[in-house]
Amino acid sequence: MKAAEKVAAVPDRVGLETLKGLAYIGGLARLAAEAAYITLVGPFRGQRLRPQRAFHQAMAVGVRAIPIVSLISFFVGLIMALQSAYELQRLGAIQFVADAVAISIVRELGPLITAIIVIGRSGSAFAAEIGTMKVTEEVDALETMAVPPVAFLVAPKFLAMLVMVPCLTIWADFMGVMGGCLFGVAGANFTFVSYLKATSDALVLHDISTGLAKSALFSVVITAVGCQEGFSTGAGAEEIGRSTTAAVVNSIFLVILVDLVFTTLFYITNRV
Amino acid sequence: MIPHARDDRPLVQFMSESIPEAGRPVISVTDLRVNYGEREILHGISFDVERGETLVILGGSGSGKSTLLRTLVGLEKPSGGAVWIRGVNIAQASAREMDEIRKKMGVSFQGGALFGSMTVGDNVALPLREHTRLEESTIEIMVRIKLEQVGLASFEDFMPSQLSGGMKKRAAVARALALDPEILFFDEPSAGLDPIIAAGIDELILELKKAYAMSMVVVTHELASAFLIADRMLLIDRGSVIAMGAKKELADSTNPRVRQFLDRVPEPQVEDELNYLQMLTEDRKPRH
Repeated sequence: MKAAEKVAAVPDRVGLETLKGLAYIGGLARLAAEAAYITLVGPFRGQRLRPQRAFHQAMAVGVRAIPIVSLISFFVGLIMALQSAYELQRLGAIQFVADAVAISIVRELGPLITAIIVIGRSGSAFAAEIGTMKVTEEVDALETMAVPPVAFLVAPKFLAMLVMVPCLTIWADFMGVMGGCLFGVAGANFTFVSYLKATSDALVLHDISTGLAKSALFSVVITAVGCQEGFSTGAGAEEIGRSTTAAVVNSIFLVILVDLVFTTLFYITNRV
Repeated sequence: MIPHARDDRPLVQFMSESIPEAGRPVISVTDLRVNYGEREILHGISFDVERGETLVILGGSGSGKSTLLRTLVGLEKPSGGAVWIRGVNIAQASAREMDEIRKKMGVSFQGGALFGSMTVGDNVALPLREHTRLEESTIEIMVRIKLEQVGLASFEDFMPSQLSGGMKKRAAVARALALDPEILFFDEPSAGLDPIIAAGIDELILELKKAYAMSMVVVTHELASAFLIADRMLLIDRGSVIAMGAKKELADSTNPRVRQFLDRVPEPQVEDELNYLQMLTEDRKPRH
């Protein structure tokens, strides 16, 4: 193809990729809406919720993620304290290190770090599990048994994620603050109690609720992407690898995009 | 075969409650066409399956027999024609109608398709837990009965990964039998099994036929197995039916493609990808 033809084909390709992207997001929205309906409305209309499957998922998604979420959040809190102390010290405002750590962790880093850990642990696992079931005809078997795959496979994950990701976020916020506290006590003349007092003074309820709302939204995105990628797995073992990778990459991108939109909305509404 | 007029189908559907069940085929396929994208895979297939009959669908690799089975169980949407099961055209059935039909059918997939995260017992119990309000103790008894019927009585607590290929297929049959279906579909029941285990599966199919008198549709390319279990056979080649009838009729056929399949004469080498795809999907049936 000549250079001029290549340039002329750019708008076509951009248009095609945009349409593909919109179709993908439309598919995610439809899957998430169906799972939300089955989880939140279905039980009132006589549909089965399958709480045992949701409990099993909650253990895998939430409880087993506590050690890694604790460790990473603690380190991030400590790093945040070290980084902000460096600048605050020059301004003679080292006492504000607790405020800087608390606000950045609770509003932003806690939900985001939790989401990224959950993507790595659970989003990829959802894609691999459903993808394997697709390859081994287990999804087909569900359909032929008149068991809707979304109700059986996605809805329990959706419920577990919706409950456990905000819970993990609260825990990540706490551990992040503890990381900052370690620096505060060791290097900024705080006592354990005075650091916690400074943290609670710095935070308002709005900071916590914003972070939790974001984490709930992230849980929906991660579940939808992981399951959608699983269902779109083609034939062959290498396809499972493709869908797992796509689940992680797309989830991270969409979580950050949702974060950006959400944070911008909060910024605009707070200014008004 | 019970004769019926093809163009009367909507009326048959309308009158489905009033026509005696014994008076019409359990499955009736008329001019079925299935496309994958632009390419037509099945070219106007028609046949009936009578009550209590075992129809074996034979065909080579890529002939379209698995696509036909997937369409019969509602996993593929036809691009034309109709698939009537118990008086309902599943190509136009609502989700609720489709669910009701699926509760009356059992499917045994090629690899078993057992849920790897559940025990064999839980696999068999799944349809009962999903579609009945039976007590757990009753479900446990029913699971044991179904597993006994397929010769896996003591394997209730095993995980599917702990079973051999033949045992997985037996467990899949037990799961397919859970709701006492009227129609049982088998996808390549003997594939990947050694001759002794495959003979065991054939024997199981014959036993089920005797015990339940249910209609069965078996997709296979194993000739010995097909001639053993079939009441009637249908041979598909490149998406079209090239022979249909009783075992003897098929065995005595003089159609060159039928003879090539039955006598196991190799296909000439395919040169390139396009020729291969054309060979698989070419409609050799004259169009009217």
